[in-house]
Amino acid sequence: MPLATTSRPRLTVAVTGLNATDSPGPGVAVIRALRESPDFDVRVIGLSYEALEPGIYLRELVDKTYQLPYPTAGTAALLDRLRYIREQEEVAVLIPNFDAELFNFIRLEAELRALGIATFLPTLAQLDARDKLNLAAFGAAHGLRVPASCLLHDAAGLPAAAETLGWPLVLKGRYYDAAVVPALAPAGQAFLRLAGQWGTPLIAQRFVTGQEINIAGLGDGRGGLLSAVPMRKLTITDKGKAWAGITLEDEALLTLARRFAEATRWRGGFELELLRTADDELVILEINPRFPAWVYLTAAAGQNQPAALLRLALGLPVPVMTGYAVGKMFVRYAWDLITDHTAFQQMAARGEL
Amino acid sequence: MKLKPNIATSEAGFLFNPATGDSFAANPLAADILGRVRAGQDAAAIKAGILARYDVAPGQLEKDWDELLAQLRAFHLLA
Repeated sequence: MPLATTSRPRLTVAVTGLNATDSPGPGVAVIRALRESPDFDVRVIGLSYEALEPGIYLRELVDKTYQLPYPTAGTAALLDRLRYIREQEEVAVLIPNFDAELFNFIRLEAELRALGIATFLPTLAQLDARDKLNLAAFGAAHGLRVPASCLLHDAAGLPAAAETLGWPLVLKGRYYDAAVVPALAPAGQAFLRLAGQWGTPLIAQRFVTGQEINIAGLGDGRGGLLSAVPMRKLTITDKGKAWAGITLEDEALLTLARRFAEATRWRGGFELELLRTADDELVILEINPRFPAWVYLTAAAGQNQPAALLRLALGLPVPVMTGYAVGKMFVRYAWDLITDHTAFQQMAARGEL
Repeated sequence: MKLKPNIATSEAGFLFNPATGDSFAANPLAADILGRVRAGQDAAAIKAGILARYDVAPGQLEKDWDELLAQLRAFHLLA
């Protein structure tokens, strides 16, 4: 007589952010966590923007990949492509993982639902409120501590910004990248570089020192915090990305995450980038509207946030997760994936693999 | 001397502060002292034990003891 087995139902999930590079997108970590979902046996459809995103060739994690048009192509082009993909694959849930693409996916939420594709995303208002450009107002509105900052539309505003914020100050690109500048001359050079690459305005932010701590969280969209796992960066790359980290036990961090979820009624995954100052104050440097690239640590520590988001997208109940393994570490590594030129050509030429 | 209750210690002399993620390695004598602290011994009893087991002058022990306390305090490990 065969032994009774429990089998999880199959579910097809599409995931973006396959660029597992030295400044990684979260997609591969999200997929790794989804593979450990206790509820579903997941078939993963990768969604890429470029043919050399490493996740495309991680065949043990990604079953099939389709290329998407760049976010600048707009919602119509994206919807066309997703319609095609939906004809090929029974995608039930889609998890976008890039800041820059979220606007389009949020706008398409209803159309995607009509195609049978569920999402669980923040609203456009939530996305806009935590934007780098609006962080100071966001902090003031919700009583959350953020560094003093001002917007710079041209380099002529640098002296006034420095007078208010002091040297050194942090210049941040509209979407990405930042530079700590100690004086006017290097500030002018950094302004040109960042404005040339990311456009204006730039954000000039007061330089704050302290211990870098991040929190990965999941909000239910009604003000509830379903999960939060704080992590201290142990090794940082030259781009400021965590290359190793460790989970922390600190009620003040969880309280801050709860306050954030409650104040914003955040819907979906998020990451709070924090500094703990020498005076033990927690300062929010940035709020990312999606899971971080280290999100697999949440699963490893006992709170599988991507698997919980899958349930939320499907309208299934998700209990508040409490308790996680403290002192659980991740150490990232680089690995040379081997593939054949035919696979690359197929991806580059046909946009799917 | 009292360690914060959340500080994890190992017999090998490693200390882990779960609130900050900091790890420390104690030398064998410091590890022995911290083990005894954890077991509830008071400072006088621990010092008496060290004087009985090691060839150390009481004045030197006091100096080293104060240094250890200062380090533990600086690392935010004391309650």
